[in-house]
Amino acid sequence: MSLLSMLSSSVLTAAPVPVADVHQAFDMGWAGLILWLPLLSLIACGCCAMMRCTSKLPAWITVGSLAGSFVTAMFLYLNYEPPGDVVNIVRWIDLSWVGGGFEANISFYIDSLSLLWILFVTGLGTLIAFYASEYMETDLGSGYCRFFAGVSVFLFAMSALVLADNLVLLYLGWEGVGFASYWLIGYYYTKPEAVAAAKKAFIVNRIGDLGLALAVYLCWTSFGTVQYDELVTVIESGDYARMTDDWSVAAIPWLLMLAAFGKSAQLPLYVWLPDAMEGPTPVSALIHAATMVTAGIYLLARMYPVFLLDGDHTALHVVAWVGGLTALLAATIGMAQYDIKRIMAYSTVSQLGYMFMGLGVLTTYGAAYHVFTHAFFKAALFLTCGAVMHGFAGQLDLRKLSGLRHMKGWKITSYAMLIGCLCLAGFPFTSGYFSKDAILAEAFVTHGPGFQWLGFMALFTAGLTAYYTFRVWFRVCAGPVSYEAGDDHHGDDHGHDDGHFHPHAPRFAMNSVMAIIAIGALVAAVPYFMDSGVKGGWIADMVNDSTASEGIPAVRAAADHAADHAHGSLFGYDPHVAMYWVSGGVGFIGIAIAAWLHLFRREDAVSLRRALLSRSATAWLPRAMERKWYVDEIYHALIRAPLWVGSHVLHGIDRILVDMVLVDGTAKLPRLLGRWVQPLTNGTVHASATAMAGGVALLVIVVLLILHLGVFA
Amino acid sequence: MSDLLHMTLASAMTEADLARFLVLSSLLFAVGLCGFLTRRNLIVMFLCTELMFQAAVIAFVAFGRWHWDFSGQVFVIFILTIAAAEAALALALVVLLHRRRNTLDADTWTELHE
Repeated sequence: MSLLSMLSSSVLTAAPVPVADVHQAFDMGWAGLILWLPLLSLIACGCCAMMRCTSKLPAWITVGSLAGSFVTAMFLYLNYEPPGDVVNIVRWIDLSWVGGGFEANISFYIDSLSLLWILFVTGLGTLIAFYASEYMETDLGSGYCRFFAGVSVFLFAMSALVLADNLVLLYLGWEGVGFASYWLIGYYYTKPEAVAAAKKAFIVNRIGDLGLALAVYLCWTSFGTVQYDELVTVIESGDYARMTDDWSVAAIPWLLMLAAFGKSAQLPLYVWLPDAMEGPTPVSALIHAATMVTAGIYLLARMYPVFLLDGDHTALHVVAWVGGLTALLAATIGMAQYDIKRIMAYSTVSQLGYMFMGLGVLTTYGAAYHVFTHAFFKAALFLTCGAVMHGFAGQLDLRKLSGLRHMKGWKITSYAMLIGCLCLAGFPFTSGYFSKDAILAEAFVTHGPGFQWLGFMALFTAGLTAYYTFRVWFRVCAGPVSYEAGDDHHGDDHGHDDGHFHPHAPRFAMNSVMAIIAIGALVAAVPYFMDSGVKGGWIADMVNDSTASEGIPAVRAAADHAADHAHGSLFGYDPHVAMYWVSGGVGFIGIAIAAWLHLFRREDAVSLRRALLSRSATAWLPRAMERKWYVDEIYHALIRAPLWVGSHVLHGIDRILVDMVLVDGTAKLPRLLGRWVQPLTNGTVHASATAMAGGVALLVIVVLLILHLGVFA
Repeated sequence: MSDLLHMTLASAMTEADLARFLVLSSLLFAVGLCGFLTRRNLIVMFLCTELMFQAAVIAFVAFGRWHWDFSGQVFVIFILTIAAAEAALALALVVLLHRRRNTLDADTWTELHE
């Protein structure tokens, strides 16, 4: 109890934030290593592919360079003093001589927000690359080189995205991570599903990228700069919109939102993320769970001042509601899936929804903290799923796996998965518990349209999360030992003489990485208590130092933010304290139901499903959930089918009107005429002479007719 | 002398006179053309082209007289000279063609078709 009161005693105080006063650091060019090391590793992997390297060399090159990036990022953190630095690496676009002074250099904006992100991006990148060195060993050779080249290019682009000091470099990284994601989802390019998933991810992301491109453009036209430090200065001074009308400033948050919803898989645009699981599992863990998909949250946190410009916070209300609805929708879909990797994918969508909800209900530190903890526990979950998939020849169906923790060599996998599940389910005193509570409690106390209902919805979603998370663990890791192999017999180590399948347990690299990340997921709760001068600890300190603090002072005063954030009470208690009990209780209920249906009495789950299906009043529910609420089908009917019809109609018009009539018709006309007069030219002197005489006679007749009838007169 | 010449030439040439010459010229041309188109013997065809030449020559002379301009007659001298040279060439060609196919039939030659 004392712990809880300590947590709630300190009120969120708004520290003065001199974000605009970051100074230029000229002696920190070494920070560029964070970018250049993955780039070098990309080139080295390409060279390995050219030399037909069949060893694990590309993996060691990648792990080494990513570790170098991580160490560099650590040094940056140790050197960091608020408010941070701008480090110029390379001059890139400098149009100051034109007038207007457009400048976008390859420079780093090192404040607490970018440091937080770059630390877990490079750290997890290193670990997951090490894990992949074992996971991908069945593809040794050109595939191995291709894989690690993709990981390198991803880390390069992600670092550029996170560290950029201007929106143009951020855009470069944004497109780069999208490209790397496309590259790695389509890694198994002989599988049609993987190719389709890669294309889907790329195309859906394009829609969001359009929003970002327009937002960058509008930032330039209305604020006159794309650099964060100048942007903050301009917004703070209120001296903007000098070239355009108000609507362009008002449009920026909406366009940024579109970009973030595309990259971070939110409601209208989330459909690409579950399909992205066709890629190798380390990729799913790194790109589609821990790092890349949080770029949308980073973008909104970074551009938070723009969102606070509007005193009504309409854009933020929409962010909160979209996040909450996405969380609920994805959780209900995740409950009914059987593919464990797909369940994890939907849980990622759901947790990203929580993060957006956090941004929307004015708790940026809650959102950032959830990003941080989620990166660890979701990576742990994906990596353990990957170990299962790797060991059981691609088996991912939770009905066909059971009792993993009793099997030899699967202890680390099982318990790492347990830790991940506990964090995801929000089990008390795990990292996910604290980070999710920060968001849930704020949803109840922040004023906004129906935020109370949003809070209850999020609470219900938390219960669902606990249920589907432990559904996986109880099915796969607990219970009696039984398993069926998948159909993916690639290595020679399965083909034993007796014809029976033997799962092969993960070895050193995978085990060590799973253990480290699982421990990391537990330790991620500690920053909540560090430096706890401010509620939320280290993370809150970090976030409040940056542009993501809840408004820069001038704007905050203008928006009368305090009235918006009055700490109310929940059930007569401080909301944070109440939430510790409520969300813990909801989590317990979810876990208990999962234990009943999937551990102790598994036959009840089957009979429950049968009972639901047998009644016509309830049969739609399990069906719709298993078919993912028909979202793909709806998109197919609303977007793909009209496009398909339209493109075929246009194709027909092109074929008939343009190709057949205009092009071929024009070409055929002389040939037809030629065929008509062809008999005249059979080669004899008489034929030629007749044609000549006839032609002259014809001409004479025409001339005479014209002269006599006076056609031109 | 010059008076006589002048009187003779200056005797009026009416439009009707010119028309008669031109009708003669076109009739001669038509005869030549029809012959060229209908006959198959290379030598006859050649003679027909000569007829058409002469039709042109008559028109030249007639117009020269009508316009009181001697250029017409100068042209006639040139045409006759060239026709003589060309006749030599044409007859040589006819001889060559006859040697090739052993016939004077123009329709045996259809290589222009290709």
